[in-house]
Amino acid sequence: MKKLVQIENVGQTFDTKLGTFTALRDINLEIAQGEFVSLIGHSGCGKSTLLNLIAGLTLPTSGAMICDGREIAGPGPDRAVVFQNHSLLPWLTCFDNIYLAVESVFGKKEGKAKLKQRTHDALELVHLAHAETKFPNEISGGMKQRVGIARALAMSPKILLMDEPFGALDALTRAGLQDELMRITAESGATTVMVTHDVDEAVLLSDRVVMLTNGPAATIGEILEVKLPRPRNRLELAEVPEFAHARAAILDFLYRKQLKKAA
Amino acid sequence: MPPALNPNPTAEPVPVARPTDRPTHLAVVRDARPAKDWRIPMNNIARKVLPPLLGLLVLVAIWHLATMRGGSIPGPLQTWNEAVRLFADPFYQNGPNDQGIGWNILSSLKRVGIGFGLAAAVGIPLGFIIGRFQFTAGMLNPLISLLRPVSPLAWLPIGLLVFKKADPAATWTIFICSIWPMILNTAEGVRRVPQDYLNVARVLRLSEAKVFSKILFPAVLPYLLTGVRLSIGTAWLVIVAAEMLTGGVGIGFWVWDEWNNLKVESIIIAIFVIGIVGLMLEQTLLLIARRFTHENV
Repeated sequence: MKKLVQIENVGQTFDTKLGTFTALRDINLEIAQGEFVSLIGHSGCGKSTLLNLIAGLTLPTSGAMICDGREIAGPGPDRAVVFQNHSLLPWLTCFDNIYLAVESVFGKKEGKAKLKQRTHDALELVHLAHAETKFPNEISGGMKQRVGIARALAMSPKILLMDEPFGALDALTRAGLQDELMRITAESGATTVMVTHDVDEAVLLSDRVVMLTNGPAATIGEILEVKLPRPRNRLELAEVPEFAHARAAILDFLYRKQLKKAA
Repeated sequence: MPPALNPNPTAEPVPVARPTDRPTHLAVVRDARPAKDWRIPMNNIARKVLPPLLGLLVLVAIWHLATMRGGSIPGPLQTWNEAVRLFADPFYQNGPNDQGIGWNILSSLKRVGIGFGLAAAVGIPLGFIIGRFQFTAGMLNPLISLLRPVSPLAWLPIGLLVFKKADPAATWTIFICSIWPMILNTAEGVRRVPQDYLNVARVLRLSEAKVFSKILFPAVLPYLLTGVRLSIGTAWLVIVAAEMLTGGVGIGFWVWDEWNNLKVESIIIAIFVIGIVGLMLEQTLLLIARRFTHENV
């Protein structure tokens, strides 16, 4: 399969008041076209830092990052980000939030009608066509996150980057959105990297689960391939041995090998 | 079936006895609600209107008691009669130094408007620049800290010297006093734009113009409007003092003129008028600010 993202020997340090802080070291990872990869690890291990590096929001202090044959030199709409707190602009309606993204990506090539159609389609994809005139503070947390996903997908990105997208939601809403995300990625064939701290979520959604060691100076500890056939159904999976096996492997890594001493 | 269960057989069957129903306190709650419904708004109105009304009444009563025995300060009734006379013809003109109170208020408002408008035109962009660029902040912040505590009236002679006329000098004073809150609040607003919104802009590769119109400006607007509100308040405070010094037409000059005529009623009326106009300016801007404040969700 075609390699979309290549991360080679990437390290990230930050200058702080107390000196240099090494967040990540020796990260080597390749992500294939159409793959769903989860980044999992204890809080503070640098999962989000790695995602921000792929997004180009921060640049690595060492190593090389390549997306689709080009070095990642900054953020861009080919790598759409779904932020943890959805980051919808509160003064724009759901429609306008997405339209802003669509316009900035396709505005030069396409007319207004086409741009509006794209916006409608994106909202339709997350089943929120009825809420397009609503402002973000008028809809629920789950709906906001769906608008955030729609905004990212509307840009037709090469890769979808999600930073704990469902972290702030209750368990039922979260399950519904996970199912929806599975449907959407299956329909669009989107390549996805998702940061999570939820083991079940990682196994259910991913083709591969990348496990990070504890920070500081975190790196990739293990990579687990989840060989479950798609489409996956959360109710049936509970009884599949491979699901239990994958779950156990991640739990073993997180709670035996990487148990946080302080926690 | 024991008859005691339904003591009033002619009435509608009461569903209390059904085993699936919750205990009877539900019915009590339902009964209590309509009574509450009309009591609460009455209470609210009373709670909102009564205390201010009472406060005003106490003030007038004290005023009345203090001036009952005569003296140089006129009583409330005397002042009221004078006010009725004054406001019967607020727009008369008997030469440059004798004009109706309406003209005086309007020319003060005009000076405040011009001075404040110029201050907004300079201060708001400056605030954006200071908030956005560390370098300009480093350059201008010490100057602002130095000049801001200076009473705006200290700038009046400079204005008189430069403009050679009283009217623009007063406007200049208003400009100086109302520029600081707008610069500082706008800059603070820019600094507080959530990083997430700016990250969205970076991922979308929005143009500088789009970043400004779609993200920076709406995010800063509530802060900016706070600055505007503080500025207008200060400007209205300062105009009275400035006009006392410069003369001409204006509510401040009018107060001074009436003092020279020893018409104390007019001075008291002017105090109320200045207060009411200031209150109206403040409330209008609060209303505008509320319209443009977006809760961060």
